Amino acid sequence: MSKREISRLSRRRFTQLAAAAAAAPLLAPAVARGQAAAHVVVVGGGFGGATAAKYLKKKAPDLRVTLVEPNESFITCPYSNLVLAGWRDLPSITHSYAALRDRWGVEQVRDEAVGIDADARTVTLAGGDSLSYDRLIVSPGIDLRPPEEGGIAGYDEAAHEAMPHAWKPGAQTLLLRRQLEAMEDGGTFVLAAPPNPFRCPPGPYERASMIAAYFKAAKPNSKILILDAKERFSKQGLFQQGWAQHYGEMIEWVSLSADGKVVEVDPASKTLITEFGMEHTADVANVVPPQYAKAIARNSGLADESGWCPVDGRTFESALMPGVHVVGDASIASPMPKSGFAANSQGKTAADAVVALLAEREPGNPAWVNTCYSHVAPDYAISVAGVYKAVDGKIVSIEGSGGVSPTDADDQVRQLESVYADAWYDSITSDMFS
Amino acid sequence: MRRGLWAVSLAAGLAVGLSSLPTAAEESVDIRLLAGTCAGCHGAELQGSGAIPTLRGHSAEYIRFMLTAFKSGERQATVMNRLAAGYADSEIDALADYLSSLQ
Ligand SMILES: Cc1cc2nc3c(=O)[nH]c(=O)nc-3n(C[C@H](O)[C@H](O)[C@H](O)COP(=O)(O)OP(=O)(O)OC[C@H]3O[C@@H](n4cnc5c(N)ncnc54)[C@H](O)[C@@H]3O)c2cc1C
Ligand code: HEC
Repeated sequence: MSKREISRLSRRRFTQLAAAAAAAPLLAPAVARGQAAAHVVVVGGGFGGATAAKYLKKKAPDLRVTLVEPNESFITCPYSNLVLAGWRDLPSITHSYAALRDRWGVEQVRDEAVGIDADARTVTLAGGDSLSYDRLIVSPGIDLRPPEEGGIAGYDEAAHEAMPHAWKPGAQTLLLRRQLEAMEDGGTFVLAAPPNPFRCPPGPYERASMIAAYFKAAKPNSKILILDAKERFSKQGLFQQGWAQHYGEMIEWVSLSADGKVVEVDPASKTLITEFGMEHTADVANVVPPQYAKAIARNSGLADESGWCPVDGRTFESALMPGVHVVGDASIASPMPKSGFAANSQGKTAADAVVALLAEREPGNPAWVNTCYSHVAPDYAISVAGVYKAVDGKIVSIEGSGGVSPTDADDQVRQLESVYADAWYDSITSDMFS
Repeated sequence: MRRGLWAVSLAAGLAVGLSSLPTAAEESVDIRLLAGTCAGCHGAELQGSGAIPTLRGHSAEYIRFMLTAFKSGERQATVMNRLAAGYADSEIDALADYLSSLQ
């Protein structure tokens, strides 16, 4: 027996003694009390949550795992920009929960979580029921900030129809696509890009690229204007290089300091007004407002004043509510970006940590990876990658690793990356759902 | 320090000496978690996905050779150079051993 195993054993024994010594009934997990299988509830069946639910069962088939998710199937944000280009349709980015249920034995509750009580260890559902858990994993994603909470003046829910955000995929994606199709050649498409941090740092620029690809083919005299609340953006050099090569002058980007920040919109006239009062009228407008963690995370006390959820950089257990792990976009996991790949990677390590903690073992030391592919033009894609580890409860990016595709690569490399991007999409969605 | 159960023993007032236990952060990365990160691209079971090659059925020597060559830049690739640069030689060895043990 290794020294480490001995120390594990003695720690386990120590905990048992500690438990026995305390008079009051303890909050120890069901397994530690020698009862039926422990119960883990996962809130949100997206990139973080679906992955976590599957990996919990993969690692500990006897565990009871319940996934709370209101939707019947999951539509990915990744590749929804390709729907805007007309390259993909919605069914091709829609995924069923059937395998999680039938192959992996994840129990599914089609409902919305509306409250978490970390002391009683229960989750309340909109339908009125409540679920008790031994540990909880929450991966609910983001909400768009309304005007009164740091959003854009005039961009309330009613405005989402005239000026879609399409930052949650599905009906909004199709609405924006229809507006683009209805636009006349020579029109102007305006995209308001959000400040950091937000879901999918390269997302707005991949979107502009995909719409440019559509315009180039169908409406070549049209213009794209990106009004940005940031001074720079993800893979900027590579995007701008690709835009120049494929779209000439079609795409114009206005930075924060060049008065790119949109502070107000008028949906009736599709006008976007910037910080210093410039008015831009669009034929089609796409407003991606500032963001924060999804309501369930904010309302249950998992988020701090930033609107995002602080977590332990090793286990993703909430820094504010013990026994609850927050992964994906809702968590503060910087330097990891808010990406589907990152959420998938975090879902796996959180599942591993939860299984270990329930069995009173020290969680394994985690590793994460992220790669965001972006399509820029047909057969032309770029990527940004990162490798991460936990050091003293903090996530660090490994020096010398990661970074963006080389700027001097030839078209063949860009084409290869577009092929690998498609392979990535199939891989990660099967890692989540099959 | 780990929360959860330890918090229970802390609450019971018996936390003597816990802080002197080794933390996993000082130890090497869990190899299954490290290999788990590859499934985002190489297929859910690392069996390959479309154009991205399988990681199954290779010898440890092959995996080690490829990852080392990606890391040094000797072998030019699209994304693997940037990823392999994040792994210590000992992690490459561990990945090679682990992946070659998969059927
Ligand atoms: C246009 C666009 C393109 C993108 N492209 C990429 C890309 O190419 N690569 C990439 O890696 N990432 C990409 N992303 C980012 C990616 O979509 C997110 O980072 C990812 O979805 C985050 O995962 P999550 O689990 O945090 O949230 P989600 O995947 O959004 O999942 C959250 C789930 O929780 C559910 N939910 C919410 N509230 C509750 C509740 N109260 N009770 C129960 N369930 C609830 C929701 O219904 C949803 O199913 C893109 C994003 C956008 C907008
Ligand atoms: C972002 C997607 C991505 C991730 C994550 C990823 N790979 Fe790769 N891998 C690729 C691609 C794409 C190739 C083809 C070479 C290239 O262009 O980079 C490849 C090639 C390889 C090869 C060469 C295989 C052969 O037979 O040619 C090995 C070995 C490999 N990867 C190992 C790994 C390991 C181990 C991990 C996890 C630690 C990993 N990869 C994570 C995308 C990825």
